[in-house]
Amino acid sequence: MSNVMKSLLIGTALTCASAAQAVELEVTHWWTSGGEAAAVSKFADAWNATGNTWLDGAIAGSGGTARPIIISRILGGDPMAATQLNHGRQAEELIEAGLLLDLSDVAEAGGWRDIVNPTALLDSCTLDGRIYCVPVNIHSAQWIWLSHAAYENAGLAVPKDWNEFVASADELQAAGTLPLAMGQQGWQQSIAFGAITIAVAGLDAWKGVNVDKSADVARGPEYTAVFEAVAAARELARGSNVQDWNLATNMVITGKAGAQIMGDWAQGEFAVAEQVEGVDYSCLPGLGLNAVLDTGGDAFYFPVNSDPEITAAQKELAALLISPEVQVSFNLAKGSLPVRGDIDMSSANGCMQKGLGILADGGILPSSDITFSADTQTQIEDLMAQFWSGDMSAADAQASYADLIEDAD
Amino acid sequence: MTVISDPPAKPAKRPNLLFRNLMAKIASIPMIVTALVVFVGCSAWTITYSFTGSRMLPKTKWVGLQQYERLWDTDRWIISIKNLAIYGSFSMVLTLVMGFCLAACLDRKIRFESAFRTIFLYPFALSFVVTGLVWQWILNPDFGLQNVVRNWGWESFTFNPLNDPDTVMFGLLIAGLWQGTGLIMCIMLAGLRGIDEDIWKAAKVDGIGTIKTYVVVVIPMMRPVFVTSLVLIAAGIIKLYDLVVAQTGGGPGLASEVPAKYVIEYMFRAQNLGQGFAASTMMLCSVVVILIPWAYLEFGGRKRG
Repeated sequence: MSNVMKSLLIGTALTCASAAQAVELEVTHWWTSGGEAAAVSKFADAWNATGNTWLDGAIAGSGGTARPIIISRILGGDPMAATQLNHGRQAEELIEAGLLLDLSDVAEAGGWRDIVNPTALLDSCTLDGRIYCVPVNIHSAQWIWLSHAAYENAGLAVPKDWNEFVASADELQAAGTLPLAMGQQGWQQSIAFGAITIAVAGLDAWKGVNVDKSADVARGPEYTAVFEAVAAARELARGSNVQDWNLATNMVITGKAGAQIMGDWAQGEFAVAEQVEGVDYSCLPGLGLNAVLDTGGDAFYFPVNSDPEITAAQKELAALLISPEVQVSFNLAKGSLPVRGDIDMSSANGCMQKGLGILADGGILPSSDITFSADTQTQIEDLMAQFWSGDMSAADAQASYADLIEDAD
Repeated sequence: MTVISDPPAKPAKRPNLLFRNLMAKIASIPMIVTALVVFVGCSAWTITYSFTGSRMLPKTKWVGLQQYERLWDTDRWIISIKNLAIYGSFSMVLTLVMGFCLAACLDRKIRFESAFRTIFLYPFALSFVVTGLVWQWILNPDFGLQNVVRNWGWESFTFNPLNDPDTVMFGLLIAGLWQGTGLIMCIMLAGLRGIDEDIWKAAKVDGIGTIKTYVVVVIPMMRPVFVTSLVLIAAGIIKLYDLVVAQTGGGPGLASEVPAKYVIEYMFRAQNLGQGFAASTMMLCSVVVILIPWAYLEFGGRKRG
């Protein structure tokens, strides 16, 4: 009996010892489009280079599909070793329930407070003074992407801002090109709405609604102008029979559509299609009118694991994700901005340089992931889906929107 | 004689009832426990928590009827209910009619009957996700049917149901019928085969036409088969979800949203369990409202008869 026990114990010890050499960590994320997959492989390569194994758990179908799967796995007691989420309030309750690993010691050792720029990113990973996630990139949603081929085909100059784009839309349409590509999904329409708001209503009105959650501002004249602008924009997007954002981006790449309002992750698609900024396509942050960007983005969270080997490896991975070399290679592939201001991004292309410039000037806003709960965001996305795809009047949409803001949290 | 022999038999009967088919009763205990715990228990739990303000995790923070008030104030929920009503009524009628007609045609002793049966039943072997994707492509104006007909030379041909909010539910209906009719046809065919040949001979002797025989004699005789089909179709309608997700994603806009999708999305994407539970409780209510009168008619009636 004792012999059997002994051999069992030795066997276990051996397994543990070998596990310490190479830990296999399952990492879930929803980076599945061409550009995104290229970016995540930078993480995987860096992690594999340390002698450990990156077990890729890609979940297709964007965050809306992947997040429920990730969260129910964590809640259901089958946690992965690490997972992507958008930092902000998505993981708030998971942290409160003690399901996510406290990374404060790693953060202190790595001096994250000093290197993460803007510091607001780290704040959104922090709850009660403890740090629970590693921000890996900054994504902003206020960009419009313009196809040079479409404009050359129509014999027009490429617009320099949103107003010029709207003015040129008729001629573009006459040349048989769809002016605005728009994936028919609520979150994309919500992004377009947000970008148009900043361009048309300006920062004060945007902050009044998104940060202070004032329903009066949402009922005010600035927002009336926004809803009318969106109602005009939806006419420019009629006939855009695509669902996924990368298919809409592809319409811009191939010149079938003039422009798309989409976050800076669209740049990865242009890169995969080997297009050159300024030659094949242009990008305008803040739609060319108000050059500010929000600082949403992706972060990695590490669910609590009872195995100390895995916990140690999780902390090792956390430190790796924010290390300078990995930050540079990942963000260049992803088209996003790095979370640390102390690294050399001179090899970045024109669009990213524009973004870096705005970041350095402090033209930043909190993202909707930070200001609104998932519940409120879903309600806004539902309203936008209804507004963009149907024939709801601008006044009705504004009234519903103001009601949502009144109950927002 | 019988009066004398009856009284001593009665006390002996009682233990008999409890222990009769004892093995079968023991064997069915797991199923009974599962039904009670999973169906009744979880339903009760869901209904209880629909009165709370639970967000991502269930919490007992009571808010009364607030979740229900919000639910019935939400455009998306109202649209979902209307969509399900449209899909449900068309799907119910058309599946029954088409299923019966196909079965009646096959029942006329045509050649290659088994080949046709396989072809009609084949779509049922596919999952709703596959069906949804296939029909998304067929109905896509740039690659599918519209493009094919235009390439034949009919340039003005327009058939684009999935991108028009007014017709998208019919695009879903086409796919749903394509998938579901085969099964109903097979059930109907089995029912028709169960009708005695002599009935047909008698009808022929009386000079009743074929169609009239079906309508007046055969269909009333097939009542149990119709009830089975009805329950199968109704269950399929209420749980309509995967077809919508695969084919339209609820779009364009909210035009093809359904209640089951609302429940899933508010529970997990919006991280608002209370709202999702309230919506699923309303779905349960609608099923119960339909089920109770039906069960009363079906089982209550049989006892009286």
